[in-house]
Amino acid sequence: MFKKILIANRGEIACRAIRTARKLGIATAAVYSEADSNALHVAMADEAIPIGPAASSESYLKIEAILQACADCGADAVYPGYGFLSENAQFAAALADKNIEFIGPGVHAIESMGDKITSKKLAIEAGVSTVPGHTDIIRDADHAVVIASEIGYPVMLKASAGGGGKGMRVAFDEAECRDGFERASNEARTSFGDDRVFIEKFIQQPRHIEIQVLADKHGNAVYLNERECSIQRRHQKVIEEAPSPFLNAETRAAMGKQACALAAAVNYHSAGTVEFIVDAEQKFYFLEMNTRLQVEHPVTEMITGFDLVEQMINVAAGKPLEFKQTDVPINGWSMEARIYAENPFREFLPSTGRLIRYSEPADIENVRVDSGVVEGGEVSIYYDPMISKLVTWGHDRNAAIATMKTALDRYGIDGVTTNIPFLSALFAHPKFIEGDFSTNFIAEHYPDGFTEPAATDIELQQIHAAAAVTHFLLRRQAGAISGSLFPATELSHGQFVIVDSDQSQHPVTVSSTDAGIFNLQLAGKTLQLQTRWKPGNRVIEGQIDGETFILQWQRTSTGYQLASGKLSRPLQIMSTRAAELYCHMPIRKPVDTSLFLLSPMPGLLVNLMVAEGDSVRAGDPLAVVEAMKMENVLKAERDGKIAIVHQTAGATLDVDQKIIEFEQNS
Amino acid sequence: MREIDQRLASKRQAAELGGGQARIDRHHQRGKLTSRERLEILLDEGSFTESDMFVEHRCVDFGMQDQKIPGDGVVTGWGTINGRLVFVFSQDFTVFGGSLSEAHAEKICKIMDQAMKSGAPVIGLNDSGGARIQEGVASLGGYADVFQRNVLASGVVPQISMIMGPCAGGAVYSPAMTDFIFMVKDTSYMFVTGPEVVKTVTHEEVTHEELGGAETHSTISGVCDLAFENELHALRKLREFYDFLPLNNREKPPVRPCEDPPNREETSLDTLVPENPNQPYDIRELITKTVDDGHFFEIQPDFARNIIVGMARMNGSTVGFVANQPLVLAGCLDIKSSTKAARFVRFCDAFNIPIVTYVDVPGFLPGTAQEYGGIIKHGAKLLFAYAQCTVPKVTVITRKAYGGAYDVMASKHLRGDVNLAWPNAEIAVMGPKGAVEIIFRSDIGDAEKIEQRTEEYREKFANPFVAASRGYIDDVITPARTRTHICKALAMLANKQLENPWRKHDNLPL
Repeated sequence: MFKKILIANRGEIACRAIRTARKLGIATAAVYSEADSNALHVAMADEAIPIGPAASSESYLKIEAILQACADCGADAVYPGYGFLSENAQFAAALADKNIEFIGPGVHAIESMGDKITSKKLAIEAGVSTVPGHTDIIRDADHAVVIASEIGYPVMLKASAGGGGKGMRVAFDEAECRDGFERASNEARTSFGDDRVFIEKFIQQPRHIEIQVLADKHGNAVYLNERECSIQRRHQKVIEEAPSPFLNAETRAAMGKQACALAAAVNYHSAGTVEFIVDAEQKFYFLEMNTRLQVEHPVTEMITGFDLVEQMINVAAGKPLEFKQTDVPINGWSMEARIYAENPFREFLPSTGRLIRYSEPADIENVRVDSGVVEGGEVSIYYDPMISKLVTWGHDRNAAIATMKTALDRYGIDGVTTNIPFLSALFAHPKFIEGDFSTNFIAEHYPDGFTEPAATDIELQQIHAAAAVTHFLLRRQAGAISGSLFPATELSHGQFVIVDSDQSQHPVTVSSTDAGIFNLQLAGKTLQLQTRWKPGNRVIEGQIDGETFILQWQRTSTGYQLASGKLSRPLQIMSTRAAELYCHMPIRKPVDTSLFLLSPMPGLLVNLMVAEGDSVRAGDPLAVVEAMKMENVLKAERDGKIAIVHQTAGATLDVDQKIIEFEQNS
Repeated sequence: MREIDQRLASKRQAAELGGGQARIDRHHQRGKLTSRERLEILLDEGSFTESDMFVEHRCVDFGMQDQKIPGDGVVTGWGTINGRLVFVFSQDFTVFGGSLSEAHAEKICKIMDQAMKSGAPVIGLNDSGGARIQEGVASLGGYADVFQRNVLASGVVPQISMIMGPCAGGAVYSPAMTDFIFMVKDTSYMFVTGPEVVKTVTHEEVTHEELGGAETHSTISGVCDLAFENELHALRKLREFYDFLPLNNREKPPVRPCEDPPNREETSLDTLVPENPNQPYDIRELITKTVDDGHFFEIQPDFARNIIVGMARMNGSTVGFVANQPLVLAGCLDIKSSTKAARFVRFCDAFNIPIVTYVDVPGFLPGTAQEYGGIIKHGAKLLFAYAQCTVPKVTVITRKAYGGAYDVMASKHLRGDVNLAWPNAEIAVMGPKGAVEIIFRSDIGDAEKIEQRTEEYREKFANPFVAASRGYIDDVITPARTRTHICKALAMLANKQLENPWRKHDNLPL
């Protein structure tokens, strides 16, 4: 077995690999760029070696730097993770040269599967089903019809030079095929100046389902069932699960056998993934093979019980697989959600910054969080903005989904915006819950982007009840102040009015005689809420009439903000009298975002990132102002177009001096 | 009902109706509450005890003898906020535009006198068109009587002004001499001379809001300590703020039960200060992570943002926080930030509120604007305030403490009680680069040499140990344990005794 493994990666996967290596009693060495010196994987590893500047091309992707690090620490194996150098044949070869074991497949497998044409050819030879199609150019409409009937309808006519959906036509019969050919080639001519068109089988309601394979160096290969990864946003996987709610046992076995056959065809050893497109009739077609561990591997681990990293290490060390295909179980159901630092309400714009608060829902049963950050860590601009992978397990699919909802509610992240509201909405979507989806799911159901879904009555009741109880407890604390004129008795009853963000008023009474038990009158209902919340807690959890709830809680300038994974509500709570008078209060218009970017301080304009006529998105950096030897990046507060740039780089600025002017109504 | 009871009832009714229903309705339409409604929200339910409800003005000119409304445009008395005593006056804009008559002023003076004797704060809810012109100099005399009491009460009982309508001309000077001025956005304004006069004199065209609205005073002039969304918001926050204040200068700050452990550790603070010394960070995170329940009541958040001041609690009792804010102007001291912090420090000192200071200061802001504006004297205010202070002072240097600004920010030399530093603190006359360029001026042409010297200087001074070896720093602490250290220090200092020499009064550089 290896003595020391160097982890040639960062973030959650580096931490994940370190944990397994430690379990196996193998020493670990981390590598890190300048941006990662405080990162969790650096702290977790037995030793850590700096490999260069923040940019990945200068560090994590730099083969010489990793080789040097191996030499420096005396590692006898390298764990590549995913991304970076994990599918780089040159890297694997360079390690082999130095007699360092690459914990992954052989160079041949990486090379042949890394090439689309070669891999498809090998797949066909190995008897793997591929998308039927005709790669030659179609001569005319008659030719198109002939080929289409060979492939079988529906077919897709695609412009050879195509892209962005232009020059693409779907045909379900001969007539449509003739018509589609004409249109596609016309469109192709006008769009690309090239009217060549070819034909492929059109996969309706495609699902992305992949098979996990594991092979050793002794010719044994097994498949560890499938993962359903159809929930994608712009080809980026968002939710993965295992098993698939769609496959039957025969299809699973057929896909598994083909995947193993393909692995055998390239002498594959290690863990790998064969990706398929599956149509509505469970016909499946090979897409590609990933010769590394996938991001979403935990769902497979959760239902099979195998530690894939451990298996990879054992295989790399030359051990034969210790189990056979019949030993691979499907035990329950597992879901994975990728937690990204991005703003789902603003076209998923990446969000970077310091994790001011970071609280994982790790203590919930059947929840696994694979993360590479801690509170106080940084989501940096240099790398993938994935914060963690939230994985749940359940006896069945609904249980795994329910646990996921609870875990998303509990997850507390401040400092960066995350996609948790979006994920929560997906997990609550009836079509998702039914398992009725394809890779078009997000595009179909959120064609205009994502907005916060409406609250259900029960969700509103939870938010209002929880807010009322926290308000009551804060009032009780305030009432216990020293220096009271008359002896104060502990508050046992409170009557308030909740003013919701839509200005609706909700009277509520709270009374409590036993610690942690609150009786409420809310919206004509009597409720009992139990919680151990106390001032300072950022999460309130407990039961309302026996039903469990979890909400994030925080003070705002005007009241409180309560949020589940799915929704966030700013509330005001006031006395009954104040609520009566509330009708007199003017509703303030939101502050008019100015058309100017003003210098917030006197200083030197070091850099201007935009020019007149540029369109910018909220959050885009516009200018850098240096003051007191500190560089301050000024960012766009909203989307807009630059009308006038008033300053040039190098200018000395006064406070509030105009730097940039935006276009009106942009 | 006996005749006398009927008379009483009708007088009360008249007083409670103020300027009449029509005026009240118009007042409401402007988004404003009546003087009595405001008191209902501000004070504990049923706690208000009114005095002088039947006071009337004594003016006999301009037909005023026929226009008398009991109370004369101001509601006065006392009540409680979370059980604690407070004296209040609330001007009634529906009665003669809330204008101040001799009798109106007398009512205010009466409760101020009582507040001084009883040792409880005064809250004024200001909503007045100004002097009662019909009364002439008697009204002016009334103002001056209030001014005089504001001054005598200053530092004896806390005084808070909530501006809820117009406050113009001489009327501004009573709030100006109280400890805190709060304003309501859109419905209140303060100025010495209004837009009409401004236009005739300087030809500037300016609206009421631009000249003296809450936005203006909370961001540009610094006159306003906090601006609120509406009156209900303002009164709710005023109650929250009141809970931080001691009732008078002989009392200790109030204590509330606290379930937040004093030894709570925050490991994320270990990475708060970025490795690059030129990269800013938000010092607010340190404040909210160290105070009880993460609850920090910031004052003047939008003015002189390079320094942060506000109230919080440590282990249940009130503490004033002052912190340089590296996010704005690198946290340097300038005219506005020095004045802002000096005033806050003096308030805390006057009312026995311990002061915790978080230091990350690269120095004073250079420039002609600052020098011409008198940074010398304004900067001295903060120095003076800290030096004069006798309340417990705990200081934590998180990063830079350079030059004179190091001395100013509650240093050991200004009788700091417990002075702590984080491990990466740099306590020096200036940054290494600047220092080397002065000490080794002859080497300036030689970049390599300069770099080497800079490294030497950094090695020697860019750490807390030189200061610690002299005892200027009592200890170097782990950032994660900052709360523990402060709570312990404050507990040790709970009975601190320190007096300044007798004098008539000091001569603060104004």
